[in-house]
Order: sequence, then structure tokens, then C-alpha cells
Amino acid sequence: MSKEQDVIVAEHELSEGNLKSYITGFLLSIALTLSAYFMVVRRSFTADRIIAVIVALALIQFLVQMFFFLHLGKETKPRWKLFVVVFMIMIVLILVFGSIWIMNNLNYRMSPEQINTYLNNQGGGF
Amino acid sequence: MNYVAAVLGKLNSNVFPHDKATLGAALSIPLGGLLLVAYLTYTKRWKWLWKEWLTSVDPKKIGVMYIIVGLLMLLRGGTDVLMIRAQQATSVGVSHGIVSVNTFQQLFSAHGTIMIFFMAMGLMFGLINLILPIQIGSRDVVFPFLNLSSFWLFAAGMILINLSLGIGQFSAAGWLAYPPLSELHFSPGVGVDYWIWSLQIAGIGSLLSGINFFVTIVKMRCRGMNLMKMPMFVWSVLCTTLLIMFAFPILTVTLTLLFLDRTVGMHFFTSGFGGNPMMYVNLIWAWGHPEVYILILPAFGIYSEVVATFSRKRLFGYTSMVWALAAIAVLSFSVWLHHFFTMGAGADVNGFFGIMTMVIAIPTGVKIFNWLFTMFRGRIHFASPMYWFMGFVGLFTIGGVAGVVLSVPPADFQLHNSLFLVAHFHTMIVGGVVFGYLAGISYWFPKIFGFRLNERLGKWSFWCWFIGFILAFVPLYILGLMGATRRIDHYNASLGWQPLFIVAGIGAAIIALGVGIFILQIVVSIVRRKDSIDYTGDPWNGRTLEWSIPSPAPFYNFAIDPVVNERDPFWESKQLAKDSEQKAVHYKAITMPRNSGIAPIIGLFSVAFGFGMIWHIWWLSIVSLIAIIVSIIIRVSDDNTDYVVPASKVEKIEFAYAAKRAEAPKRRYA
Amino acid sequence: MSDVANPPMNLDISNAEYQKNSKTLFGFWVYIMTDCVLFASLFATYAVLHHNTFGGPSAQNLFSLPNVLAETLILLTSSFTCGLGILSARARHKNKVIFWFFVTFVLGIAFLFLELSEFRHLVITGNSWRRSGFLSAFYTLVGTHGLHISVGLLWLVVLFGKIFSGGLTRNNLRQLTLFSIFWHFLDIIWIFIFTIVYLMGAVGK
Repeated sequence: MSKEQDVIVAEHELSEGNLKSYITGFLLSIALTLSAYFMVVRRSFTADRIIAVIVALALIQFLVQMFFFLHLGKETKPRWKLFVVVFMIMIVLILVFGSIWIMNNLNYRMSPEQINTYLNNQGGGF
Repeated sequence: MNYVAAVLGKLNSNVFPHDKATLGAALSIPLGGLLLVAYLTYTKRWKWLWKEWLTSVDPKKIGVMYIIVGLLMLLRGGTDVLMIRAQQATSVGVSHGIVSVNTFQQLFSAHGTIMIFFMAMGLMFGLINLILPIQIGSRDVVFPFLNLSSFWLFAAGMILINLSLGIGQFSAAGWLAYPPLSELHFSPGVGVDYWIWSLQIAGIGSLLSGINFFVTIVKMRCRGMNLMKMPMFVWSVLCTTLLIMFAFPILTVTLTLLFLDRTVGMHFFTSGFGGNPMMYVNLIWAWGHPEVYILILPAFGIYSEVVATFSRKRLFGYTSMVWALAAIAVLSFSVWLHHFFTMGAGADVNGFFGIMTMVIAIPTGVKIFNWLFTMFRGRIHFASPMYWFMGFVGLFTIGGVAGVVLSVPPADFQLHNSLFLVAHFHTMIVGGVVFGYLAGISYWFPKIFGFRLNERLGKWSFWCWFIGFILAFVPLYILGLMGATRRIDHYNASLGWQPLFIVAGIGAAIIALGVGIFILQIVVSIVRRKDSIDYTGDPWNGRTLEWSIPSPAPFYNFAIDPVVNERDPFWESKQLAKDSEQKAVHYKAITMPRNSGIAPIIGLFSVAFGFGMIWHIWWLSIVSLIAIIVSIIIRVSDDNTDYVVPASKVEKIEFAYAAKRAEAPKRRYA
Repeated sequence: MSDVANPPMNLDISNAEYQKNSKTLFGFWVYIMTDCVLFASLFATYAVLHHNTFGGPSAQNLFSLPNVLAETLILLTSSFTCGLGILSARARHKNKVIFWFFVTFVLGIAFLFLELSEFRHLVITGNSWRRSGFLSAFYTLVGTHGLHISVGLLWLVVLFGKIFSGGLTRNNLRQLTLFSIFWHFLDIIWIFIFTIVYLMGAVGK
């Protein structure tokens, strides 16, 4: 029993979260996962539409898990955890979409079709 | 199974250098090491070294160790560049200079890598360790063991890169090792692997330090110090840590991908099999651009402190300075393509990044004006830190303007990878970063050591650096506009470049003199320290909390947790009260973190791990990795990592300082 | 003002202990943010290289969706059982703690087993990481996630040892909380791998 007396529970951040939040998060996540999965497997829509929907589902599940499992948003002020999450998301978006934009642009300008089109239209040279 | 290869990996008897110059340089390191060992043994200082320095979690001690390594690496990188200058001044027409082509390529690769990762980052982390906790009124950083471990990872990287001088060779692929040159096919030796692993290990140390200092600022500020009351240096460190935390993981990944290409046959950046070498350039600069802002922001913070103190005036436009720092931090993640305008992206992409690059110059300009406005109508005292600041203002503005020229993509098409570019970034790094860190060392030296540096030698050092810099780099601006590219080891006499290279060589020699005088300044000041004792802890009539504690700072920094009400709290308290009055103080026991032997052990095993990965001595890497993991588990399981300093001991130390202050001769501030 | 200087009242732990938890948990959270950028770099690389199959089969041909669904549901469940473990820790039920974290561990092992089986299958059918830029990026992105899972499982083993020998001490509780943050975050990364690599791959993008 003395070891259990050692147990300290009321740590401020440890006391966030309860059974309801974990169950809600879990069930929502399953629903979102299965929806995305069966959208792809069933192929009822065009590829672009499917992708738009599954990406949206992924983003929703991200928020669900951040809120229900990681308790984001339940901080008291000052909201430093939220700040670093938002900053991180900004960097991630810049890095991922910036890289895709840049590399796509380079790729396009190196592809045979583009080079040929340019040469045919311009009469030679870059 | 080849047992020798299994045990020794790629090591064999041919790994030692053949040419006399490299062999001589390589041997100087163990020779210096032996002298040090002999000295320590003779003076019986091994235990002292281990207990007082190598295992100490005191950020002031860690800071000093970082700065010592940083200055040593300045000497190493500086020697590299003197040889580069000598080569470029003499290798014209029929002459081929003093070093071979391969050596030359290793020289410029080593110079850049060492100066950025080990000189600049070393001095930066050193100064942050020294001053950040004191400026926020704290006794330590938030994770002291992690802090020491970060230092040892940094030192491990430094050891690896210096081992390359004597065992094997270094990379010949430039300080950023672009593929396909850095891929196995074109760099089959161990050079690029040394580059990868010394940076990977040091990079993890940097990342952990970034996290450590960020959380320290968030969680350990003293009572009353809300964000808008923090000193400017603390703000600059806060923004720097955001950059470190979110940029260094990109470096970690990029180095790993290059390693995987070279070692496991992957195809990220290879020329065939669906690899894309341009993706490397994209990723490395997505890290690389924030990196240069990581280097400059703390220097900006130092300048803010120095200008305010030596103008006897509070910093002009504090709020706009904070916004400028924040803007620079965010924008620094949006400009990285300007390092590869010529790689072939379209006008839309190039145009966007060109504009963003111009935009980021604006907040920097705001800061320059605010510093100048701080000086306006101040009572300026030109102590040596101010000299570095004045040199910075001139040089950085010119270099910055050159940067705006480069930010215009069509202009960059002419100037990319020319000596104009080289001159630009050196102006920023030497004129901005190095001058700032040297100013910081001069400014805060008394706080850490209890005596001031010799002002005359400090000023001579500055003039050598400043004049030497102009002589060394104005010719490079001109050469760049004339069409000279970077990294050339030989050129035709008909080009007419040699006189300019000779002037540049003379400039480099004068900078070397400046470095020598700086070191001499430290030595002379130590020898003559009794003549320049800092009795009061406030030699410059400072404004911020670090000047409110004695010099040298006690290991616990503050005997009583400070409470602040204003910006520049120490200046405030000096104006309000007679600081020589000894108020009745009630000292309490203080909890301090213990030293840790685990951190240097992790460093040692990191060196072994890296060495094994470089030379394909897999058993060594596996054993080292296990040892590191076990060390971490041991440390994390240790429940007894703090000790208590009794109130009586604190009282005794504080009384001793008070007695020292009473001895202070009655004279004006230095 | 930092919350360390002004901690909330009504805590049955000492101020020093509150501070230590507050700092360590926030520091770990910040580290997790840096790990997100690490994964973002790998995602960016995958996005750029995933069409570079060098004539070999593409994602559409290679990935088995039912296997991936199983992996996803297993990992999600383990994230849930991890949460249940934390609740038990709060309620001081040492046996429940061990039970729920053991379930988490078993599910984690199952996930790794499925993933390694997938990798093995790909390799023996000639689709190793040496084959193309696409496959290099795939193995590295998914493999880095798997490496993180492995580190988590090793951490859990060490934690079991500590709980068995020392009980639910303050340090062990803090460690369990740090582990749970790590484990939840790995499931979040998996959402994106599942969506971007496997589902989008199956659709042909």
C-alpha cells in the first residue's frame, strides 16, 4: 500500500481526459477510417473527388485525435502548446506544398513535351 | 567470411594522408592533444577537469566549453581559408599554386562546413548558454542534462570532422554536398560520409538545444517578466529556437536520405532509377536558409543589448523590434528557393521567391534604423563591443544591399555562384554574425570570469578584422562582377584577376592577425587579471538582470529569485534605489542539478557510432548505439539528479561578494 | 507570465513536482512538433518521387488495401487502449495499468508484424528500396514510422520493468504520460500515411 501512497495523480495536465472523450475519439476515428477506406474500395466517384474527400476525412480525423486523445485546446492561457502546433502546421504546409510546387515546376520545364512545344513555337533556343 | 573486413570495415593502411601538408596538419592535432594530456597529468588536474568542466551542467561552464571549441574551430576553418587565398593568389597561368586540386576541393568544403556548423553554431550556443538563464532571472535551463548532452553531441561532430584530416579524407563536394557529386558513384571515398555523420550528430545536439532553450524561455522566466518585458537578446533567442526546432529536422532527413543512397543503394537523389538530385537542393536549402537566420538573430539580440547599454539609453522601438524578429523568423521559411534560382524553375516560382526575399530585407532594415535611433541623443561610450557594432552597421548594410541585388532572379542568373555571391554571404556572416558574437564575448566576459578583457587589444583586433575584411572581400565583389566563379583553383593569366586575388590574400592575412590579437587579448587579460577586476558585477553600467549579480556569476546565479516590473529591470532598480545599501535578506536553500558523467559518455559513444558508420565497421556502430540507449535508460531511471545548497552556504558566498564589492575603488564605470 | 511561477491551486502535489511535470510534458510536446516536421520532409520527398517508378510497378499495383486496413484499425485500437491505460494510472489501479498497456504493446507488435510482412513480400517479389525513387521514398517514410513504433515498444518494455519493480511512482506516471503522447502522435502520423500513401496510391494518384 505504501507504493500506492506514492502515486501522485493530480498533476494538472495528467488530469485532462476522461473515458467519454477516449471512446468518442475512438468511435469517430473508426468511422472516418472506414468511410475513407470504402470510398476508395468502392470507387463510386472520380479519382479527384475521392481524393478530396479522403483528404478531408484525414484532416478531420487529425483534429478528432488531437482533441479527444491529445487534449489540445483544453489548455489554460497562455496557450503555448496550441501556438507550437499552429506554427508547426504552418511550416509543414510551406515545406510540403512549397516543395511540390517547386519540383513540379522544374519537372514540367524539363519534360520533353514542354521543351518541344517551346521549340516549335519559338523557333529555337530558350 | 572476410573477418578482417568485418572487424575493420573499410579501414586499411592507406587511410593516412600522403602529402606532407595534410600529414603535418593532421599530426598537429594529436601533438596538441599530447601536450594537453602532459600538462593535465603534471598539474594533477584530471579530476578537476572532469568534475568542474566536462560533467558540469552549469550553463555558464557549458557556454565556455562551446566558445572554446568555437574559437578552436575558427582557427581550423581560418587555416583552411588562408590556404585557399594563397592558392587563388598564386595559381595563375603556368603556376598551379600550392595545393593539388583534390586538396583544394577538400579545403573549401571543410572551410564552409567547419565555420558554419562548429565556429558559428558553437559561439552562438555558447553565448546563449552563458547569458540566457541569467537574463530571464533563472538559475539554469529547463533540462540541464540535455543541455550538457547537446554540447557533447556537438563536440562529437567536431571530433569526427577533425578525424577526417588524419584518417581518410574529407568531402570534396562543397559545404552542402550536392548530389550527384556527393553520391557514391562520384564520391566513392569516405569524405562525404564524414561530412554526413559529423553534421548529423552535431545537428541532433543543435535540435535538442533549440527545444531546451525554447522551453526555458517559456517556462523559467522569473516573476513579473512577461513576454514584452524580456530583454531583446531573449526575444532573439526565442525566435532563433523556433527556427532551430522547425528547420533542423529537415536537415536530419536530408542527410539520412543521402546516407541511404550511398550506403543502402536507395535512389532519392541518384541520376538514374527515378532519383531527383534537384530534390536534394530543395530540401537542403529549406533547412539552409533558416540556418543562416538562426546564426544572425542572436547576433541581432546582442547588438540590441550593446547599443542600449553603451548609448546609456533604452532601446528605441522595442515593440517594432519584437515584431521585426517575429517577421524575420516566419519569413525565413519562405525564401529558400533564392539559393537555386538558376536550377530551372519558371518565372512564376522564381518571381515569388525573389519578392519574398526582398520583403524579408524590410524588417532587418527596421532593426538597423532602430539601433541608430537608439544611439541618437544617447551618451555614447565607445567601448570595444560598440566598435564591433559600428563595423557591423556599415558592413551588414552593404552586404544586405548586395543581397537585394541577388534577390532579383535575372541578376542572379549572372551572379549565382560567382565571387559576388561569396562576398555577399561572407559580409553577412562575418560582418553580422561573427562581429556580433565577438561583441558578445567582449561584453559578457567580465560577468563570467570576474575581470575585464584588455580594451586596447580588443580594439586593435577589431580594426584588423574590419580593415582585413574590406581588403579581403571588396576584390571578391569586383571579381564576381567580372565573371569569376567560386571554388576555382586555377585561372588564366589573361583574365587579369590575379592582382585582386593578391589583395584579397593580404586582407585574409590581416584578418588572421585580428584573430591572433583576439586570442592574445584573452591570454593577456588572464595574465593581468588582477588589474581589471570587476568588483561590482556591473562594469558597463548595464540595464538587464545579468548585471545585478556578482562577477564572476555564482553557480546558482541568483541567491534570491528576482522579481521584475519593467523592461531593463536592473537599470530601473539602479535609478530607484542606492544599490550599495545592503537590505536585510533572508536566504533560502537552493536546489541545483547534479553533474552528469553520462553526457560525455554519450558523446564518446556518438563518436564511435559515427566512425563505425563512416568506415562500415558495423559492429562498432551497433555496440555504440546500444551503449547510448543504455546510458539514456540509466539516466532516465535516476531519481537522484538534484542536490540542495543549504541557505548558510548561499549566505557565505553572497557575503564574500559583498566584501569584494566594498573593496571596489571609487571610480567611474569602465 | 509563465505558469510555472503561478501554478494552479488545489493540487495534491508539491509545487516543485508540478513544475517538473509541467516543464517535462511541454518539452516533450515541443519535441513531438519537431518530429512532425521530420515526417513532413519525408512526406514531401514521397510526394515528389512517388511517380518515379523507373518502369516498375506503381503504388496502385503494389499495395494490399485489406492489409493496410488491418494495420490502421490495430494501431487505432492501440491508441485507444493506451488512453484507457492512462485513465487507470490516474485512478491508481496498477493492475489495470499493466493490463491496458500490455494490450497496447501486443497491438503494436501485431502492427509491426503486418508491416514487416508487407515489406518482406515486396522485397521478395523484386520491389526492394533499390528498385526506384518511388520505392526508396516509400520504404523510408513508412519505415521511419515503423522505427518510431519500435522505439515506442522498447520504451514500453522498459516502463513495464520500472512499474513491476517500483510501482506507480511519480516518475513512472510522468513517463507513461510522455509515452501516451508519443503513441497518440504516431497514430496521427499513420492517418496521413494511410491516406496519402495507400489510399491515394490505390486511386492512382
